[in-house]
Amino acid sequence: MIPAAFEYDRATSVEEALGLLRTHGADAKLIAGGQSLLPLMKLRLARPDRLIDIGRIEALKGIRRLDDGRLAVGSLTTYADLIASPEIKYGLFRDALPTIADVQVRNRGTIGGAIAHADPASDMPALLLALDAELVCRSAHRGQRTIAATEFFEGPFTTVLDPDELLIEIRLPAPSQHHGSAYRMLEQPASGFAIAGVAAVIGQTEAATGDTFDDIRIAVTGVGDHPYRAAAVEAALVGTPVDAPSIAAAVGAVCEGVEVMGDIHADREYRAAMAVVMAQRALEGARARLT
Amino acid sequence: MAERVSLTVNGKRHDMDVEPRRLLVQVLREDLGLTGTHVGCDTSQCGACTVVLDGSAVKSCTVLAVQADGSTVGTIEGLTPADGLHPIQDAFWGAHGLQCGFCTPGMIMTAADLLARNPDPTDGEIRHALNGNYCRCTGYQNIVAAIRTAADEIRTGAGATPAEAESGAGAASAAAAG
Ligand SMILES: Cc1cc2nc3c(=O)[nH]c(=O)nc-3n(C[C@H](O)[C@H](O)[C@H](O)COP(=O)(O)OP(=O)(O)OC[C@H]3O[C@@H](n4cnc5c(N)ncnc54)[C@H](O)[C@@H]3O)c2cc1C
Ligand code: FES
Ligand code: FES
Repeated sequence: MIPAAFEYDRATSVEEALGLLRTHGADAKLIAGGQSLLPLMKLRLARPDRLIDIGRIEALKGIRRLDDGRLAVGSLTTYADLIASPEIKYGLFRDALPTIADVQVRNRGTIGGAIAHADPASDMPALLLALDAELVCRSAHRGQRTIAATEFFEGPFTTVLDPDELLIEIRLPAPSQHHGSAYRMLEQPASGFAIAGVAAVIGQTEAATGDTFDDIRIAVTGVGDHPYRAAAVEAALVGTPVDAPSIAAAVGAVCEGVEVMGDIHADREYRAAMAVVMAQRALEGARARLT
Repeated sequence: MAERVSLTVNGKRHDMDVEPRRLLVQVLREDLGLTGTHVGCDTSQCGACTVVLDGSAVKSCTVLAVQADGSTVGTIEGLTPADGLHPIQDAFWGAHGLQCGFCTPGMIMTAADLLARNPDPTDGEIRHALNGNYCRCTGYQNIVAAIRTAADEIRTGAGATPAEAESGAGAASAAAAG
């Protein structure tokens, strides 16, 4: 299978990429690692007139720590780079990264491509939602803006990015004082994508009392038509010790307000039930990792 | 419109004009005649097309040749020494790590990438590394045994001379049988 013919431009800087995007806009597609886009183009499910190759833009690669303790991850950072980085300490990344795709795909697939693609069952969006990540984006016509991960995903394969907008970097907040995180998913065995995946972060801010937790973030992928934060579960757990009884009492609400997807791999009822199980396991995993 | 692409494949530089939609695996097989790299699924799943691109294993059916411009590419042909077999090839032979052989070039290139990073992998690490390589014949047991044997051979410095290949093959078969 070969993609349909297209024009090809290689951008060597962010400015060049933004200029090409301004000129060609919706007729062009960015290509980073190509691990989502090329399979679609080979099946002719995507037929862009032009590819703008951003894979060589060095400024978009790598991980650096900002002065305020946050991590800035360049959008072209691959899964393999993330696994190799000593800066990526969050437990949920350690859970998720080795299970995403395979060695070869992790060597090319980028964090920016994964979230811009916005597959409703992909793992990275859930991790970034649970971490309250911020996404720095830029376009020639509207300049730079920072979008909260919680505002970014709109539907299946749909985000708030404009057609001429480039994802520059992902900012991860420094962890709160006493925290733990975990990711648990039920994998569809053939594709490796999540039937239900849940990322959990629990922590204490200065305001927390005793051994209760007031910073609870739970994100779900594979279940709705886009990844979401399970607000009802979060609310039920704030102020509790996040122990077995409080987890058991809270996780039942993990699909609240969400239209649960059904397909040949998992009908709605099963998927919803598995989301509950994954939420419970992710919270237990986060609790076990408390620093 | 064709783009000028320069690739250094198995140490030899090639400058050519390539239509942007052509895949790296097509250029390797059709333009350069390196048919050791196989196309299995063509949908990024099976890993038969695995090559080492700038030092990392990738699926060459899911890379455009234009994306690889200026890169170095290692294929199964480049792994094979002028004389005899590479220790990984030898161990696949000895441990019966193949039946039809279709998946073998991809398996071996993934194994070469693994052993370059981790010279002494556990069976678990070998299996994890092979997650993107499918074999429809062997059931994987002997592939894992072959990679373990090759790792030992390479670490202990045993080369790929025909005599050593024979004894290595014997030891590997015995290990696989036990
Ligand atoms: C065999 C296989 C198994 C997989 N398994 C999993 C899995 O288990 N879990 C999982 O979550 N994912 C999985 N994936 C998907 C994989 O995570 C993504 O393909 C990959 O991360 C996408 O990154 P990329 O750089 O290759 O994106 P590309 O394919 O290059 O791009 C994807 C999309 O994002 C856009 N884009 C890319 N970069 C930017 C940017 N900087 N700014 C704006 N838009 C951009 C492109 O225009 C395109 O629309 C799998 C893929 C394969 C092929
Ligand atoms: S042919 Fe490339 S992954 Fe199967
Ligand atoms: S030996 Fe036949 S596919 Fe692996």
